[in-house]
Amino acid sequence: MLEYPRWKYILVAAVLLLAFVFALPNVFGEDPALQVARKDHSAVTPEAEQQVESFLTAHGVHFEKSYIDQDRLMVRFASVPDQLAARDAVNGNEDFKNTYITAVSFAPRTPEALRMLGLKPMPLGLDLRGGLYLLYQVDVNSAVSQALEGYATDARRALTAASIHFKDVTVGAGGQADTIRIQLEPGADVAAARSALNQPLQGLSVTSSSDTAGPVIEAAMTTAQVRERQDYAIQQNITTLRNRVNELGVSEPIVQRQGVDRINVQLPGVQNSAEVKDILGRVATLEFRLEDTQHSALEAVQTGRVPLGSKLYTHTRIGRPILLKREVIATGDQLTSATSGQSQEGPAVNVRLDARAGENMLRTTKANLNRPMAVVLIEKRPETVEVDGKQVTHEVTDEDVINDATIRGVFSNSFQITGLQAGESRELALLLRSGSLATVIYVVEERAVGPSLGRDNIAKGVTALIVGMGGVFLFMALYYQVFGVVADLVLLANVVLLTALLSMMHQVLSLPGIAGILLTVGMAVDANVLIYERIREEIRKGVSPQAAIRAGFEKAFSAIADSNITTLIAGVVLWVLGTGPIRGFAVVLTLGIATSMFTSLMGSRALLTLMYGGRRKLARLAIG
Amino acid sequence: MEFFSHQTSYPFMATRKVWYTLSALLMIVSLGSFLMRGVNLAIDFTGGVSAEASFPQAANVDRVRASLSAAGFRDPSVQNFGSSRDIAIRLPPDPRQTATAVRAQLETALRSIDPGAQVVQLDVVGPQVGNELKVSAAWALFFTLLGIFFYIAFRFHTWRLSLGAILAVLHDPILVLGFFAITQMSFDLAVVAAILAVIGYSLNDTVVVFDRIRERFEGNRRSPPDVVLDQSINQTLSRTIMTKVVTSIVVVALLFLGGPVLKGFSAALLIGIIAGTYSSIYISSAIALDCGLTAEHLFPTVKKAALDHLP
Repeated sequence: MLEYPRWKYILVAAVLLLAFVFALPNVFGEDPALQVARKDHSAVTPEAEQQVESFLTAHGVHFEKSYIDQDRLMVRFASVPDQLAARDAVNGNEDFKNTYITAVSFAPRTPEALRMLGLKPMPLGLDLRGGLYLLYQVDVNSAVSQALEGYATDARRALTAASIHFKDVTVGAGGQADTIRIQLEPGADVAAARSALNQPLQGLSVTSSSDTAGPVIEAAMTTAQVRERQDYAIQQNITTLRNRVNELGVSEPIVQRQGVDRINVQLPGVQNSAEVKDILGRVATLEFRLEDTQHSALEAVQTGRVPLGSKLYTHTRIGRPILLKREVIATGDQLTSATSGQSQEGPAVNVRLDARAGENMLRTTKANLNRPMAVVLIEKRPETVEVDGKQVTHEVTDEDVINDATIRGVFSNSFQITGLQAGESRELALLLRSGSLATVIYVVEERAVGPSLGRDNIAKGVTALIVGMGGVFLFMALYYQVFGVVADLVLLANVVLLTALLSMMHQVLSLPGIAGILLTVGMAVDANVLIYERIREEIRKGVSPQAAIRAGFEKAFSAIADSNITTLIAGVVLWVLGTGPIRGFAVVLTLGIATSMFTSLMGSRALLTLMYGGRRKLARLAIG
Repeated sequence: MEFFSHQTSYPFMATRKVWYTLSALLMIVSLGSFLMRGVNLAIDFTGGVSAEASFPQAANVDRVRASLSAAGFRDPSVQNFGSSRDIAIRLPPDPRQTATAVRAQLETALRSIDPGAQVVQLDVVGPQVGNELKVSAAWALFFTLLGIFFYIAFRFHTWRLSLGAILAVLHDPILVLGFFAITQMSFDLAVVAAILAVIGYSLNDTVVVFDRIRERFEGNRRSPPDVVLDQSINQTLSRTIMTKVVTSIVVVALLFLGGPVLKGFSAALLIGIIAGTYSSIYISSAIALDCGLTAEHLFPTVKKAALDHLP
């Protein structure tokens, strides 16, 4: 008699049943879909769903089904022409376009009941779906120097207020990027200076020394502060990139940090990489400043001397150099909304300021009626130059005065910016709306896969999977007969269990991932072979069939455990060190080891015990 | 069905000089070609541009190359792949070019030959990313080998078995590297992943054989070691071959049906699996034998005398 505890049967049955349910969503395939999200990021309501549905019906567009998923509305279509017709109908309607962002995508054909349970198929990687992968390098050093510039400004102000004479306050002097150096006049009161700087330089580690030019105070950010500042810059950039990706209407984008100073952006279905990258990577903001009308800009250009408290802009769209007051009335960061529109003077951006900036604007316009105010467009971009034979990328700032207009009336938080070209207003509105990037980012890796290549890769992966598994199943059945069929069932259960785990983890399926699944099947056979060869050996020794099965499982265990651990080591290292599709392969490999241990040891034993355990007169086993 | 009669008795130990020589030759050829020619590193490691384009009609590789050179690309490498209408383009890294510009220029250059040409895949890897991937691949290899060595040291109680396992483990990736050096197939990140998997797989056969050696010694400590080792390998032979045949079925399916993306990956696996099977049958146990492995090393006899002094 061969026995197996009842709880183990129940465990195996329960795990496999659950696995089946979790793996199920992967078999239904996808339909073309339109994804509709609100521009203000609030949730799409069931009422809005009704509206969209009746809108589509009114425009004669036939759709299969619509449902709300994670605050967004998904509308599924039977065919791509239907999907495109819906997109055109929606984009042709101004009201709709101003409220919603739409994206053409694919939606799983998962039945309602499974979707309600939160069950989803594995998302497909870019190599299977087509799309754009971008790896951005974040200029974290400039984030640190930006923060230090802020401290430096405060320090200058405090020293001036305390009437302490200083020569210079510099950031990053002497190659120390995390340090502010304050050079005082000879004979200045260092103690007084330090106490004046106490408040503005709070948190920095301050030291004083002296050199030939006079006393020096140095303030440095601690390593922790530098790291915090860098992390903040990366987080801010990720948020902004996410906003921009959403604004562009990309469905199921991935924006995530990679390593210390990288951000990886995956955009399924995106083909036009030039336009997308241009918008994603742009650092643009606005500044509103009063014009300095007391001095002549031309004179400043000729003499090279800029009046105190003013700044000279030579690159302008208004066709002449201009002097603007240093004081900034409002910046692009203080906007609460920005939309593109039209004015008598051409394309425009309608902006709304937050409360503080609005108050400032109100005060300024009241006090400066009939004086000119200018809008400065500031863009930063990376530039690569060769220094000592090495390529160095650094940040370049372009400032452009886009308009200069007389303040005709008092206004506060809501107004229009003109002086833009068509198309530019729409892009600027998007950039302002999505928030600015904390620092310049630049692409260090880009991979684009066309949609046809993606389909081709899926077809190839699936064919290899079916043929490979079919070959293994056939071989096992021929070689081990009934036991081979049992092994095949166990292998199938293993694939289901692995798929279920990957779906639960929302692991992105890539082509190497499919290879990993197939390889897991190939390797999982090993455990069965070890057990069966042992059983055959035991039978040859003359042991009774049932005792042979028991001995086979028991004696093969250590070899099975051993052989899986060695693969596990490689899998875990790859999981930790790999990125992208390679990590996908490692995840599948590692999980596959766990699932195959479970199915070959417990699943196959349960099945074999069920088949042979109760038979009293078992003369021989059909093990080939 | 059975491939092997109930008990094979191939004299692996007696013939081991032959297998050593064969292994040594293969390793010399592999290392030699690796050192002399190196492997054809993909842009994953070198940085640069790799693109695939498809033409409506058969593409003239020379014209494409000329047109790319005319467009200002330095040393473009252009090859047909898959069909005569598909071409693969590879460009060396140029930090002054942005990815956006590359795509636009490529498309313009290709469309000047045929307006229907399309860039279906474009990979641009910056040189610094390439270097980092090289470093992280090297670390992955290092940590895997380190993990395996620790495991071997923990698992086998005598250095004689450990040495056999380690040499067998090093043997296989070297042959894979040699294969890539000789064929100059593109060596990308996926190939590194395959090599790591090979290291894991290769050891597991050795472990199974060694497991059996221990079991055999336990039963008959007086038997001569070469007989025990031969028996152990013969007894596990059908399992070793069976498992590898089945794994090879799926790898061959990947190699021929998985498309160009998985070509290098599956080729590396196939070579690695064949080498691994060979080394675990012919090399690892033989080395243990030449290091003087006996039952004593696995089951040290407890000295009776020492016990006598206990109260």
